[in-house]
Amino acid sequence: MHPAKSVIIFTTLSGIGFGMLFFIGLGMIVPEGLMAFIWFAIAYLFAVGGLIASTFHLKHPERALRAFTQWKTSWLSREGVLSVVALLVMAAYGAGLVFLNTRWAYVGYIGAALSVLTVFATSMIYAQLKTVPRWRDFSTPLMFLGYAGAGGSLMTGQVDYALALLALAGLLQLLNWMRGDGALGKSGSDIGTATGLGTAAQVRAFEPPHTGTNYLLKEMVYVVGRKHAGRLRILSLLMGIGLPILLLLVPFGHMLAALAIVSHIVGVFASRWLFFAQAEHVVGLYYGKR
Amino acid sequence: MSLDEPKIDLSPKVSDEIRKTTCYMCACRCGINVHMKDGKVAYIEGNRDHPVNRGVLCAKGSAGIMQVNAPSRLRAPMKRVGPRGSGEFEEISWDEALQIATDWLAPLRETAPEKLAFFTGRDQSQSFTSLWAQSYGTPNYAAHGGFCSVNMAAGGIYTMGGAFWEFGQPDWDHTKMFVLFGVAEDHDSNPIKIGIGQIKKRGAKVVGVNPIRTGYNAVADDWYGITPGTDGLLILSLIHCLMKAGKFDLDYLAQFTNAACLVNEDPGSPENGLLLKDKDGKPQVIDRRTGKRAPWDGEGVEPDLSASYRYKGVTYRPVFHLMADKYLDESYAPEAVAERTGISAGRIRQLAAEIAKVAFEEPVVLDREWTDFRGKTHKTMVGRPVSFHAMRGISAHSNGFQTARALHTLQILIGAVETPGGMRFKPPYPKPATAHPKPHCKITPGKPLDGPHLGYPHGPADLCLTADGKPARIDKAFSWENPMSAHGLMHMVIANAHAGDPYKIDTLFLYMANMAWNSSMNTTGTMNMLTDKDENGEYVIPRIIYSDAYSSEMVAYADLILPDTTYLERHDCISLLDRPICEADAAADAIRWPVIEPDRDVRGFQSVLCELGAKLGLPAFVNEDGSQKYADYADYITNHIRRPGIGPLSGWRMGDNGLQDGRGAPNEAQLDAYIKNGGFWMAHVPDEAAYYKPFNTAYQDWAVKLGFYDAPQPYIFQLYSEPMRRFQLAAMGHGDRQPPEHLRERILKAMDPLPIWYAPFEESLVDTEAYPFHALTQRPMAMYHSWGSQNAWLRQLHGMNPLYIPTEIWKKRGFKPGDWAKVTSAHGEITVPAMEMQALNSKTAWTWNAIGKRQGAWALEDETPESSKGFLLNHLISELLPPRGDGMRWANSDPVTGQAAWFDLRVDINRADAPKASQPHHPPIKSPVPQAPKNLAWKTKS
Amino acid sequence: MTQLPQSTDRKLGLVIDLDTCVGCHACVISCKGWNTENYGAALSDTDAYGPNVSGTFLNRVHSYEVKPETGPAQLIHFPKSCLHCEDAPCVTVCPTGASYKRTADGIVLVNEDACIGCGLCAWACPYGARELDATAGVMKKCTLCIDRIYNENLPEEDQIPACVRTCPAGARHFGDFADPNSNVSKLTAERGGMDLLPEQGTRPTNKYLPPRPKDCSGEINTLAPLLEPVAIDGKGFVGWLDKMLSALPGGNT
Repeated sequence: MHPAKSVIIFTTLSGIGFGMLFFIGLGMIVPEGLMAFIWFAIAYLFAVGGLIASTFHLKHPERALRAFTQWKTSWLSREGVLSVVALLVMAAYGAGLVFLNTRWAYVGYIGAALSVLTVFATSMIYAQLKTVPRWRDFSTPLMFLGYAGAGGSLMTGQVDYALALLALAGLLQLLNWMRGDGALGKSGSDIGTATGLGTAAQVRAFEPPHTGTNYLLKEMVYVVGRKHAGRLRILSLLMGIGLPILLLLVPFGHMLAALAIVSHIVGVFASRWLFFAQAEHVVGLYYGKR
Repeated sequence: MSLDEPKIDLSPKVSDEIRKTTCYMCACRCGINVHMKDGKVAYIEGNRDHPVNRGVLCAKGSAGIMQVNAPSRLRAPMKRVGPRGSGEFEEISWDEALQIATDWLAPLRETAPEKLAFFTGRDQSQSFTSLWAQSYGTPNYAAHGGFCSVNMAAGGIYTMGGAFWEFGQPDWDHTKMFVLFGVAEDHDSNPIKIGIGQIKKRGAKVVGVNPIRTGYNAVADDWYGITPGTDGLLILSLIHCLMKAGKFDLDYLAQFTNAACLVNEDPGSPENGLLLKDKDGKPQVIDRRTGKRAPWDGEGVEPDLSASYRYKGVTYRPVFHLMADKYLDESYAPEAVAERTGISAGRIRQLAAEIAKVAFEEPVVLDREWTDFRGKTHKTMVGRPVSFHAMRGISAHSNGFQTARALHTLQILIGAVETPGGMRFKPPYPKPATAHPKPHCKITPGKPLDGPHLGYPHGPADLCLTADGKPARIDKAFSWENPMSAHGLMHMVIANAHAGDPYKIDTLFLYMANMAWNSSMNTTGTMNMLTDKDENGEYVIPRIIYSDAYSSEMVAYADLILPDTTYLERHDCISLLDRPICEADAAADAIRWPVIEPDRDVRGFQSVLCELGAKLGLPAFVNEDGSQKYADYADYITNHIRRPGIGPLSGWRMGDNGLQDGRGAPNEAQLDAYIKNGGFWMAHVPDEAAYYKPFNTAYQDWAVKLGFYDAPQPYIFQLYSEPMRRFQLAAMGHGDRQPPEHLRERILKAMDPLPIWYAPFEESLVDTEAYPFHALTQRPMAMYHSWGSQNAWLRQLHGMNPLYIPTEIWKKRGFKPGDWAKVTSAHGEITVPAMEMQALNSKTAWTWNAIGKRQGAWALEDETPESSKGFLLNHLISELLPPRGDGMRWANSDPVTGQAAWFDLRVDINRADAPKASQPHHPPIKSPVPQAPKNLAWKTKS
Repeated sequence: MTQLPQSTDRKLGLVIDLDTCVGCHACVISCKGWNTENYGAALSDTDAYGPNVSGTFLNRVHSYEVKPETGPAQLIHFPKSCLHCEDAPCVTVCPTGASYKRTADGIVLVNEDACIGCGLCAWACPYGARELDATAGVMKKCTLCIDRIYNENLPEEDQIPACVRTCPAGARHFGDFADPNSNVSKLTAERGGMDLLPEQGTRPTNKYLPPRPKDCSGEINTLAPLLEPVAIDGKGFVGWLDKMLSALPGGNT
C-alpha cells in the first residue's frame, strides 16, 4: 500500500495522543490547574493533530461530518465517532481538573476506556481488510494498542509502565512482522484464484491492461525493496523501542526523557511507514506484482 | 427500494440528436451513432442497422470523440519556413496554398506530367483520387495497397475473382470450422470479432495459424504457432494430404474450376503450358457426355477432370493431372515440412483430417434451387463448411502471392468457395482478373493518362514499360521486377525518386501516409532521402506536398501542408467503385458527412482536389466552359458519372419512374437520403443468388441489374494461372517482350502457374546463423497505424511497446525481467524494452506496430513513453534486399506483385542494459500545433 | 447506507466469457465514453498527452499467459470491472454511506455527493474495481450503466450496459442472476461460471466462463483413417481418379 504521509502521521500521533489520554484518564497523573491544561493540551495536540492529518487524506474533507453516520458497519466511522466521544469525555474530565481542580474519576475511567477503543478502532480500519492479508491479523490491533500504550506511558512519564509497554510493543511489533511476512502466501489467494485460470505456477500476468500507471497501482501496489525494508525495521526497533528503553534505564532526566520521546516517535513513524509500504494488497495479483 | 438509498435519475436524457455516419478510426468502416449535445459530440456508439458492425464498436471507434478533440489536429494550410524535417512552418491562407500548388503542378502537366508522383496512404477514396491523377496525366499514382496486402488481393482476384475482407468473408451462419491465418487487425476488424463470437456460441471450431497467440489466436480452439514465411508450405502440405487421400470435391472442381482445362504439354512450343483454346479463345475441356473437346462454358458441358487429349501431335493434359504430379510429391509430405514450418507432422495431419471430416462428412445442404451458367439446374446448394480467412500475415512476404494462391487453391479444392459454410464473396465481387482494367501508363503532356493506372496484367503485353523496356512508373509497378503489382509499390516511391531510378521527379504529393515514420521501411534512411540535397544545394526530391489531418511525423518533411478535416467533419463515400462495405448477402455503400463543422481553417482533402483540379484545368474537374465542375467532394459524390447510370453511390439514384438502386441518373437529394437511412445503402442479394455467385445465373443477372458490370460474365476459378505462365514463357525466351537477363531466372521460378512455396528472399540472402530469428509486428486491436497515440484514451492502452521474446530465446540469451534487447538485422540495429512470452513461435519475436513516436509529433509532450520506450521495427527493414554482389538493386518485395515483404525480416536478439531511450532515437521536431492541455475531464454538459 | 441489504429483489450482473474475449478493449473505451458523459463526475485523465498519463477507467482488460500441463501456452484476455458482490466489503467499510448496494437490483453504487474520497472502499475491494478520480476526488466504479438499463430515452434493446452493447465478440452478457431462467444464469450453469477470489468471501454476482479445453496434440489422431492414401504418386492418382469418375453418374462404365 502507498505509504501516504497523512495516514502515517495520523496513526502515529493519534495513537500517542490517545495513549496519553488513557493514562491521564486512569489518573496515573493528576495534574491540576495550568499544569493540567498543559498536559491536556499536549495530549490533544497529538490526538487531534493526528485526526486533522487524517483529513488531509480525504479528497472532500468538507464532507467529513458525514463520516460519523455509518458506525454500524464502518470501522472508519466508528473510529471517528469514538475519537470525538473520547475527546469530549476527556475534555469534561480535563475541565474538572483545569478549572475546578476536581477529579471526576469515573469520567476519567470512561474517557480512558474510550481512548483505548479509539486506538482499537483505528487499528481495525486496517485489520478488517481481507484484501491486505498482512494487516488482517489479531496482532495488528495488539500492536497498535501496544504502541499507544508505550507512547502514552512514555509521554506521561510512567517510567515503569513505559519500560514494560515499550518491551511489549516491541514484541507485538515483531509478532506482527512475523505473522505478516507470510500472510499473503498463507491467505489462499494467488494469481490462480484471482483469475480462476489454473494454479499459480501455471498462470503468468502478461500485458497489463494499460501500459501506463493508474490509481490502483499507485495506491495499492507499492513495492519496497527487501533490503531497504530490513534496514528500516532495525531502525524502527532501535529508535522506537531500544533507545527509549536505554534512556529510561539511566537515571531520570528531562532531556533524556525528551530524547526518548523523540526517538520513539521517529521509530513509530518508521514502523508505520513499513506497515503501509510492506502491506500487499491482493489486487496486485491481477497485475502480476505479487 | 430502501428508503435510505439516494434517488437517482434512471432515465437521463442521452442526447439532443443522433447523427449517423461512418467511422474512420481504422479501415473497417463501421456505422456509428454520434450522439450530439449542445452541438458537440457527446458519445459514439455502433449503429445497430449497419451491415458492417451491426451495432458493436471497437475501442478505436468508441474513442473517436478524443480524436475529434485531439490537440494534434492541424489548424490551417502551412508552408515550410525552416529546413525540411525541422517542423518549422508558417500558417498561410487557402488561396495562397492552392496558388502555390497550382504554380508547381501546372507547368509540370504541360511538360512532363510523370514528374508528379501522387500517392495516397490510408485513402478510402481511391476511385476519386485515381480519377484526379488520371486526369492530370501522370502514370505515377497508387494507394498504399502495395505495402499492405496486395498479395492477398491479387492472389484472390487472379485465382477466383476476389479474396477476403472487402472481397469475401466466411459464411458465418453455416461454417463449422474456421481457419484463420495471420490478420492485420483493422482489416475486417469488427466483422471477424462478431463472426468468431457467433460461431463460438454455436460450438464451431476456430483454428488459428499464426506465430503469435494473441487476439483471435488466443481464442482459437487449436493454435498452430507457425514459423513466419512458411504458411505456403503448410498449406501445400495440407493439399498434399487431402489430394493423396482423395479428399476433394471432384464435382465442384470439374464444373467450376479450370482443373479440367487442357494444358499444352509440348515442351518446344511457344504455347507450352498455355491452355488449349478454340477459335473464340475459349479454353477447352473434354465433355464427359461425348468424350470430345468442348468450350468450358458450353451449354450442358460436363468437364472431365481426367481425360488427356491429343491434337496435331501435341498432348494436352487437364490441369488436375498437373496438380496431382506436383502436390503428391513427397516434398510436401507433413514429415518433410514439419521442421521448416515449426509444426509437427502429427498436427499437420490432424488439421488435414479435420478439414476432410468437416468438409466431406458434415456437409451443409441448403434446399435451394439454382441454375448455373451452362444452363444446368441444381436442386440443392451443397457446402463444405470449412472457411478460411487471411490477410497481411501471409501476404507481407516475398513468397506471399504464391502463398495466397495456395490458400485459395486449398479452399477451392475442397469446394468451399461460394458454397454454404465456406468462403463467400461480397458484391460487387466476385470479379475475375479479366473483368478488371489493365494498367495504363501512356503519357501525353497536357492531357489525361490513357486509362486507369492500376489493373491486372494478363501477360508481358500489359506491362507498364517505356519503349526501351524500362519501367514507366516511378515505383516500377508492372515492370519485370514485379509484373502483377496490381496496387503499385508505394514503399518504393521515395527511394526510387531519390535515386532517380528509373527517373527523377519534381513533386511528391502524398495524402494520409506517414512515410517519414511508421509507413516506410528503412525509416531513418527515408528521412535522409527526403532531406537530401544535390550538388546545387537543392533538395533531391524538389517539392513535397502533403495532406493530413494531424501533426504526424511526415508533416515536417513537406514543403506545403494541406490540412485535412477529421472524419466527423467531412464528406466521404465508401463506394462500390472503390473498396465497398458489402456483405455476402447484400451490396452496400456508405457515406460520411459533416456531423460537426471544423473549428479550424481546414478542408476535406477531396474537396481541395476538386478545386485544385479545376485550377489546373483537369478535364474531369472542369465544365466545358472551363469553370470548376464540382464545388466540393459532396458535389462530386452526387453528380459524378463514371459509366452511364453509374456514379460513386448506388442508392437512391434517379430512374425514369422515381428512385432506384444501382443504376440511374444523379439525384440532388441523394446524400440526404443516405443521411436519413443512417449513412448507408444496402440491397439484398436474392436468395437463389446467394451462393455460387460466379456461376449462378440469378446472381449474374442481379449484378448486371445493379450495375456491377454491363453483361453477365460467369467464369471459373483459375487454379492454374495462365497469365503467370505467359510471364514464364517470356522468361524462357518466347515473345517480343522479354525480361532483362538478370530477371529471367527469378521470373521463371516465381511465376509458377500452380501455387508453390519458396523460402522468403531475405532468409536466402542473409546468414541465417548470424540472424537466426524472425521478427514481426502486429497491429493492436485498439490502435490504428500511428493515429492512436494522439488519442488520450487509446494511448493509455498502448503507450509503449516491448519486444516480446519467446521463452526459448529469452533463456538462451540470458534475459532477465527489466532487460532491454539489442536487435540486429542485416540492415540495422535497435535497442528496445524486452518482455518474455511463451505463447509464441520459438524462433519469433514481435512487437506492436506504430506505437513508437517521434518527439514533437502528434502534439505529445517530450519524454512520453511513446518516444522514450516505444520503437519501430521499421528501422531493421530495408526497402532493398541485402546486396548479392551483382550490382543490382533488388527490392524487398514479392517478385510477382511487389508487395512489401515486411515479415521476411531476420534478426539476432541479445540482452542489453537499458539506455536512456529506445534506439535509434531521433532529435525532436518542432510541433506545428500548440501545446496540448494537461488534464482532461470531458463532459459536454456543464 | 452501508449496511448491505439482507437480499435484493434482483441480482443484476455480467457474465464474461473468457473463451470468447479477444482482448480488443472495446468495452474499456465504450465504458469510458459513456461514463465520462453520464453518471456523476467525468472520468478524468491527467497528463493526458504527457509522459505520465493516467486516467480513471471502470473496466480494464488484463491478459494472462497460462501454461497447461500439456500443449502450448495459452493467452487469456481478462476484462475486469466491479463484480457487484453480494457481500460487498467496499460498501460496509464506507464511513459516510456514499457506497451502497441497491435493494432493487443489487447494483453497488457510489453516491458521489456523499463521498469524502477517503479511498477505503477501494482498499476493501479485492478486485481493483474502484478508482478514485484524480480530478473530481470521488470514488468511481462500474454502475452497471444504471443510467442505461432503465433509461426510457433509449430503445429497449439498448437498455443494457455500454460494454455489453459494444462487445464485438459477444463475450459479455448482462442479466438477472436471481432468475434461474435468465441468459446469465443459464450460461453460468452450462459453462461452469466461476467466482474470482472466492476465498475472499465477497460472493461476487458477476461470473466468468472459463476457456474451453484447447489444442489437440496431434499424437493421437482418431481421424487418421480419413487420410488413408488413395495413391502415392501422380500416376496412381490418375488411375484412382479415372475409377472415381467412372463411378459417377454418367461415367463410362
